Amino acid sequence: MTDVLEAGGLGKRYRRRWALSDCALRVPAGRVAGLVGPNGAGKTTLLHLATGLTAPTAGSITVLGDRPASSPAQQGRVGFVAQDAPAYASLSVADHLRLGAHLNPGWDASLATRRIRELEIDPGQKAGRLSGGQRAQLALTMAIAKRPELLILDEPAASLDPLARREFLAHLAEAVAEQQLSVVLSSHLLADLERVCDYLIVLVASQVRIAGDVEHLLATHYRLTGPRRCGPAASWPAGWHVVSESSAERQTTLLVRTSSPIDNPAWTIEAVSLEDLVLAYMSKSLAGDRRGHDLEVTR
Amino acid sequence: MIWLTWRQFRAQSIAAAAALVATAVALGLTGAHVAHLYAASGAAACHGGGCAAATARFLAVVNAGLGDHLPLLFGTAMIAIPVILGTFWGAPLVARELETRTGLLVWNQSVSRTRWLAIKLGLVGLAVMAVAGLLSLMVTWAASPIDRVNMNWLQPAVFSERGVVPVGYATFAFALAVTAGMLIRRTVPAMAVTLTVFTAIQFAMRALRAHLIAPLHSIAPIQGVNGMVVSVRPGGTGSLTVYPAGSTLPGAWTYSAQTVNAAGHVVRTVPLTATGSLSVRSCGGPEGTSVTCIDALVRHGYRQLVTYQPASRFWEFQWYETAIFVALACALAGLCCWWIRRRVS
Repeated sequence: MTDVLEAGGLGKRYRRRWALSDCALRVPAGRVAGLVGPNGAGKTTLLHLATGLTAPTAGSITVLGDRPASSPAQQGRVGFVAQDAPAYASLSVADHLRLGAHLNPGWDASLATRRIRELEIDPGQKAGRLSGGQRAQLALTMAIAKRPELLILDEPAASLDPLARREFLAHLAEAVAEQQLSVVLSSHLLADLERVCDYLIVLVASQVRIAGDVEHLLATHYRLTGPRRCGPAASWPAGWHVVSESSAERQTTLLVRTSSPIDNPAWTIEAVSLEDLVLAYMSKSLAGDRRGHDLEVTR
Repeated sequence: MIWLTWRQFRAQSIAAAAALVATAVALGLTGAHVAHLYAASGAAACHGGGCAAATARFLAVVNAGLGDHLPLLFGTAMIAIPVILGTFWGAPLVARELETRTGLLVWNQSVSRTRWLAIKLGLVGLAVMAVAGLLSLMVTWAASPIDRVNMNWLQPAVFSERGVVPVGYATFAFALAVTAGMLIRRTVPAMAVTLTVFTAIQFAMRALRAHLIAPLHSIAPIQGVNGMVVSVRPGGTGSLTVYPAGSTLPGAWTYSAQTVNAAGHVVRTVPLTATGSLSVRSCGGPEGTSVTCIDALVRHGYRQLVTYQPASRFWEFQWYETAIFVALACALAGLCCWWIRRRVS
């Protein structure tokens, strides 16, 4: 399978602060990939690097086999909806579509006008007077109508109300199915990801904690509850990767990744939701970071 | 891209057109009035030597009728409008895209950022130049009778409000504003910085202008003085410091005028005897007048060394200065094109 996005050793520094450092990442083609992570993990920076809005300070990034924004043709192959879907407040919706038509050789005017009509947005309306949901839809329309191969969305639904969000994601899913797009979508709304994504990347402090097919991830992670073990650091069976562990007075709860079946009757086995999984990976890194910090202090 | 530039620029260009029309009307009326006064005073029809009375009459009525109005009108038309236009059109060009984050939209269309900027810079820059050029043409026409009488084209205040230099100023102000907007990333601070830097450079240019072309030197008879100082020594002798008035060539821009003696050497002071034609009495005493003193100086072979620029170099200076400002503007535009590709996100 080819990758739509491939990064290695990727870093971006703004003045003295590294927004992203030493990031390695692959996104396979034909997927709707969700990029999750806490604020400041470098999601927006990564997506800006992928669209060529920013040039990397270190490392390399390839999008659809080419350097991002290396040519107008390459720019035409990638659609982008920025955070909060910025639009020209004084230009009308129709003006925005005309802008798209003038600036993109591959512009699909009938698709754009049809989408705007279906959304019941008045083409004469100034973009500054659109609701947040309508503006996001306009931005999505512009990104789709240039007929890209890859669609990149940065927190597209973050500022929308639940209804508008659901509608937006439904339209996104529809467009993906119609046009067979690859999508990279960043969000911290886990419910949204569950609805549209079939591939998941958890990014914490520039590092990919886990990446993979959503179904496969859910099928290989378990929540186990069992009696509390005493003594020094427990040694788990071979093939177990313990993502998180919490102990109460009598019992221990684990989130485990394993590809082999669990046959120890001492453990109660539960399925994991995507949200549990993401949170486990995000907080694991948090604990890890803290340990590193402690070490530094004692040294 | 051309469509987008026009669409975003439409409101501003209509406002500019309205300002241009209003200024044109004011200049047209003023110009016609000045031309009428010029004809009525007889200055227009007279040639040769006997024009002094007519031109004096003309300047008197112009000063009485339009004295307050003209500097304001010409200053507004030639300095304020082009520079403000350049600033107000230039500063938001990139800064506003960053402030409203619309850059994230437009820079992801299938047009490179460099091309996007180059087209915007080119089209809006041309509009700035056109407006400045038209205004300068109108001012130069409206003021032409006065300028013909005064012949003071090379005076700093007049020089920068005539000919082609206003086009250079406006172009430079525009490029400077775009650059400031791109670096500061905010429109209003960029405007403030532009106006400050532009004013500073304008002052620097006034100082530099004198050195653009090597001045001419001529040794000429003393025909008038700006001042004379007599100092008396005990014993009745003394010395005279003369400040010659400089070139009498019409419209010349005098840098300096120094006194030279009969041998052609520059002298700071002229020795005065106790009595005689060039004496303390004739130059400084109660009966001495500057006229008799100057006559005496001329008779003793004193002359003045004048360093000056002739009025005929007006256009040479104009093109030099315009070229400097346009070249600065081009350098800034180049910087912008490089910067937007490498540094702006």
